[in-house]
Amino acid sequence: MEITNIFETVRMIEEENLDIRTITMGISLLDCIDADGEKARQKIYDKITTKAKELVEVGKAIEMEYGIPIIHKRISVTPISLIAGASSDNDYVAYAKTLDAAAKEVGVNFIGGFSALVEKGYHKGDEILIRSIPQALAETERVCASVNIGSTKAGINMDAVRDMGEIIKETAELTAEAQGLGCAKLVVFANAVEDNPFMAGAFHGVGEADCVINVGISGPGVVKRAIEKVKGEPFDVIAETVKKTAFKITRMGQLVGQVAAERLDVPFGIVDLSLAPTPAIGDSVGRILEEMGLERVGTHGTTAALALLNDAVKKGGVMACGHVGGLSGAFIPVSEDEGMIEAVELGALNVEKLEAMTAICSVGLDMVAVPGETTAATLSAIIADEAAIGVTNHKTTAVRIIPAPGSKVGDRIEMGGLLGTAPVMAVNPFGSEEFIQRGGRIPAPLHSFKN
Amino acid sequence: MKAIVTVVGQDKVGIVAGISKKLSDLHINIHDISQTIMEGYFTMMVLCDLSASELEFSQIKEELTEVGEDLGVKVRIQRQETFDTMHKL
Repeated sequence: MEITNIFETVRMIEEENLDIRTITMGISLLDCIDADGEKARQKIYDKITTKAKELVEVGKAIEMEYGIPIIHKRISVTPISLIAGASSDNDYVAYAKTLDAAAKEVGVNFIGGFSALVEKGYHKGDEILIRSIPQALAETERVCASVNIGSTKAGINMDAVRDMGEIIKETAELTAEAQGLGCAKLVVFANAVEDNPFMAGAFHGVGEADCVINVGISGPGVVKRAIEKVKGEPFDVIAETVKKTAFKITRMGQLVGQVAAERLDVPFGIVDLSLAPTPAIGDSVGRILEEMGLERVGTHGTTAALALLNDAVKKGGVMACGHVGGLSGAFIPVSEDEGMIEAVELGALNVEKLEAMTAICSVGLDMVAVPGETTAATLSAIIADEAAIGVTNHKTTAVRIIPAPGSKVGDRIEMGGLLGTAPVMAVNPFGSEEFIQRGGRIPAPLHSFKN
Repeated sequence: MKAIVTVVGQDKVGIVAGISKKLSDLHINIHDISQTIMEGYFTMMVLCDLSASELEFSQIKEELTEVGEDLGVKVRIQRQETFDTMHKL
């Protein structure tokens, strides 16, 4: 092997923040269902702590031997509404506490799956779970919640959209001391995927195997550095450069997933072809777009630049791995991206532009802080708009929004760690109350007359 | 198990000797070695076979980090697959 190749890899890891963002173990809890809630929770705790017992240890060993950082080791489980729905419990906070305790026991920093899939309607478990979300997120540390409120086949459940606006408000209020931190662990999806390794939206779908390893990769810094080298070249060259770089990055994901699955003796699920930023300098998706020639991310041209980036990452990544899945695309979580944070503070990036960007990339309005006085109806209307983009365009969209209590436009919300710093962004001051109060369902869109 | 040792730092007398001696002390056989000056820095890679060594990978890593500190260079060891995966189809 060429010495230049060796040092290219070393440089990517050491200087350009190439890392594996997460290895996430998906665990089915379907065999933990019990009419007695207490028994169900015991089974859940036992299964998670048995299956994931060595997850963190194996992750650390791979980091050490292969020399590639694995930032997170996490767990996703079957949506709890499906498991707890069989019990006679009227409140599922205890299930969240069980998940939290299991996560702590095995040493993972997040566990996803306090979830409900309600795109067409609620069953008993869905309703109780959604009602339990604010308290569950306030009283646990590592549990992540998600709710799927729409799909291309089912349309949009506008009753759930209305409810989720209220749930987000309530979650913010119950975690007001931490500036609404609970909302950073709550995702409202349309077209949610069942094998997503990324938090806060990960859950383990019912069509999945009993236990799998999924991998999420990262590497915005590597892509930016590669584009720096083709300054002034036409877009064809940029697309080729991103593809080649994405291939290399994704190969690492494939390797780590394969080794982890082998050592843990579970099947390897998928690699999520993602560019996931962190708040660290040199790890920003926003800066990649600026490197393409935009003065600041958010200005005119941003959507086109992001579309190219997102597509090239997938094209390069697909050939690099066995099975692709999850969300697969460039993420644009505002608070977790140093370039985006700066762009918001300079007035270059606003919620409307972010919404446009979500039409062509992964995943949605993510980690966006809005003023504390934002009404539940406005939050619901934001969710409805995002869901409409996802449902109509056959893609996953999501809303993870933080109406930090007491905050005003221009304030900064410190989330801590990789959740970063969220500048509070303005929302449209005109109301959507009557629109949201209608409820019901927005029908599924017609895509073509296939016969 | 095969691994690649990479060394980067300010060039000076005795880096190759120091690293090779340590590998020999650890019963690590060298299969290939390549050294150059890249962007003004001493840069070396050593492809080696760890199968004869009695130490754990983590202990070998520690030993090499220490010898790197003594020589004033950064020494890393990673399994060969890390590089093969990225650069070979």
